[in-house]
Amino acid sequence: MLIADKGAARTASPPPSPPSDRQRRVRVLSFSQKLSRWDLKVSPFLYISPFFLLFAIVGLFPLIYTAVISFMDWDQIRQEGEFIGFDQYAWILSQPKFWIALRNTFSIFLLSSVPQLILALFIATMLDRHIRAKTFWRMSALLPYVVAPVAVGLIFNALYADNSGQINAWLTAIGIGPIPWHVEPFWSHVAISTMVNYRWTGYNALILLAAMQAIPRDYYEAARVDGAGVLRQFWSITLPSLKPTFIFVIITSTIGGLQVFEEPRMFDQYGQGGAASQWLTITLYLYNLGWSEWNFGRAAAMAWLLFLIILAIGLINLLVTQKLIGDAGGRGPTLTRAQRRQLARDQRDRRAQNKEGAR
Amino acid sequence: MSTPANRRAAGGIAVVAAGALALAGCGASDADTDANTGDGSAPTELSISTFNDFGYTEELLAMYEEETGIRVIHNRAATSNDARYNLFQKLGSSGLSDIEGVEVDWFAELMEYSDLLAPVPAGVEGRWLDWKEAAATDADGNLVAYGTDIGPQGICFRADLFEAAGLPSDRDEVAELFPTWDAFFDVADDYVEATGQPFIDASNSVLQGMVNQLTEIYETPDGEIIADSNSAVREAYDTVIERALPVSAYAGQWSDDWYASMSSGEFATMLCPPWMHGIIAGEAPNVDGWDVASAYPGGGSNWGGSYLVVPANGDNVEAAQALADWLTSPETQVKAFENAGAFPSQPAAYESESLTGYVSEYFNDAPTGQIGIDRAESVSVEPFKGPKFFPIHDALNQAVTRVFDGLESPDDSWNTWLNEVASL
Repeated sequence: MLIADKGAARTASPPPSPPSDRQRRVRVLSFSQKLSRWDLKVSPFLYISPFFLLFAIVGLFPLIYTAVISFMDWDQIRQEGEFIGFDQYAWILSQPKFWIALRNTFSIFLLSSVPQLILALFIATMLDRHIRAKTFWRMSALLPYVVAPVAVGLIFNALYADNSGQINAWLTAIGIGPIPWHVEPFWSHVAISTMVNYRWTGYNALILLAAMQAIPRDYYEAARVDGAGVLRQFWSITLPSLKPTFIFVIITSTIGGLQVFEEPRMFDQYGQGGAASQWLTITLYLYNLGWSEWNFGRAAAMAWLLFLIILAIGLINLLVTQKLIGDAGGRGPTLTRAQRRQLARDQRDRRAQNKEGAR
Repeated sequence: MSTPANRRAAGGIAVVAAGALALAGCGASDADTDANTGDGSAPTELSISTFNDFGYTEELLAMYEEETGIRVIHNRAATSNDARYNLFQKLGSSGLSDIEGVEVDWFAELMEYSDLLAPVPAGVEGRWLDWKEAAATDADGNLVAYGTDIGPQGICFRADLFEAAGLPSDRDEVAELFPTWDAFFDVADDYVEATGQPFIDASNSVLQGMVNQLTEIYETPDGEIIADSNSAVREAYDTVIERALPVSAYAGQWSDDWYASMSSGEFATMLCPPWMHGIIAGEAPNVDGWDVASAYPGGGSNWGGSYLVVPANGDNVEAAQALADWLTSPETQVKAFENAGAFPSQPAAYESESLTGYVSEYFNDAPTGQIGIDRAESVSVEPFKGPKFFPIHDALNQAVTRVFDGLESPDDSWNTWLNEVASL
């Protein structure tokens, strides 16, 4: 502290600042004081910098590289290309296959996400109750998530085979008759959705369960005292408290759903999405453009289109869920724009008054 | 000054340093390999990458080490697709083995980059069947690949099912049933009428067989796409739709159902290159009715087979060429056939007794070696397959599948295919 005092004394000669100011802050500091100030300001950024450096290398660079390639007729092997502007994008948008793939992606996404979230909520509610061997049941909910998607594909394919599959054998046994899983688009989407659900339901259930456990038990006690039944408690306490978690789960499953790849890839032996593109999804189409036709320009353009689609859907998602769930995160009441403006004006006035008071 | 925070920082630095060392280590080891196998001097090790089963067993490769003192490191990819991804990813840069295996299905794509491959030295040319060599010769007249095996197609049939349907079941008599595609489909109709079961496994394999008998299919050597104007393709498509669809069990091969059906007797015949014998025997080990007839409707047809190529930017091009030469010599190829059924593409091998005298126990002691030779010699046409052959043919397979599944009418499906071809 000795050095700091000396430094302050030595540099105090420049024109004296108004007395009130000198009291409040010391403008000129010694080196070590500067150092500790930098430490305070710069260190946090240094500590988080590895992430951003890593992101720049593995995230940002591919993103920009893809964008550049998407405007080129790119030869991946010779690593050279010709700039052709928006041709690749125009080509993709003019492909009937692209629109079919878009339809399939949304169809599979809805067929998987909706039942999956409902089922996950149900499982989480069951796990939240007082049951024996809690950990065992919770772990088994997560078990399918651990199975590699390709393995899931192989197992479900054997089940869904049109002639020799178990599922059609059961359906025939109970009189419904075989379903052409690999022919009708809708049924192929149902089959693929079951694979997706198989993997992700438990995962979502555990996230919802964690959120449920964070709900204060007093709420339930109070509700019970007031005579609310189990259903009423679920609707009036559990569901509203889960809203922020729900937003998270919905958005992650939207991103996952729009990128569904392994399951349709494994659904038949060729991985091309079916003879009439019945279960071709956007990522599958992207993959085939890149890795089977070696057309990286088109694949890159497709990747950017997918990025834009996900961004758009994500925003819509956020807006809708926020509208529906005004009180996300329980941070006080939501204000209208007029109210917010009023509040800001009040604050500004109050600050101005304070300043004047200080002078 | 040894505060906890300092110690933590030191730990962090140590970790980072270790990482840097590891990176440096990688760099150093790369440099080492380069130095080890610098050009000029003979290398002590060569690497070769293949897929599935080329028949290059440890013992076979050990023989090469005994002869030359060069150890051969063999990397085997599980599927031909894996090998394809690997090859195209690294072809323009580095990281390929000294010798790479290539399948004919994607060989035409590779021929676009034939300048990146080392040509076969002059003395070795002329060893292979004409059409095998012609397909590996680039526009400048350079032979750039060493032929390994071929897939001369015969007809595999279930003798027991033929007999039950009132057809001849002796393999020589059966062979006489199929001089032309018309005759083939007539027999098929009879069989279906007699048994109510499909005659052949897949319509797409019939399409493949027919298309491989054309000289020009979808592209000309100038790079022009003629798929839409080539009447022979339309004819093949129509024939498959009209005559093959009603008598096939499936549209395409390789599905779970298709595999399962080989043992169940769901169909009675398959168009069969030698490498298919192993698949049938593997899928239906308990069926004893399978046999092979030395016949193919409308002359011969080749399906599948592979090549070895030497990337031109490798470290040991000359030594690799010597190894590829040895591996594709008639004597080695006969050994590969004994090991894995990879049928040689070198006429000199067809004089070898191990090949002519080879009988397959599973196929009722059929002389599959001699049948393969006869079939290989009956292949008179090698179609030109351009770089877009694979996607165009694949799309045509899907067109047939759509009709088979009842999703589109034959004409609609054909038009969908035309659109797909136009957008390639």
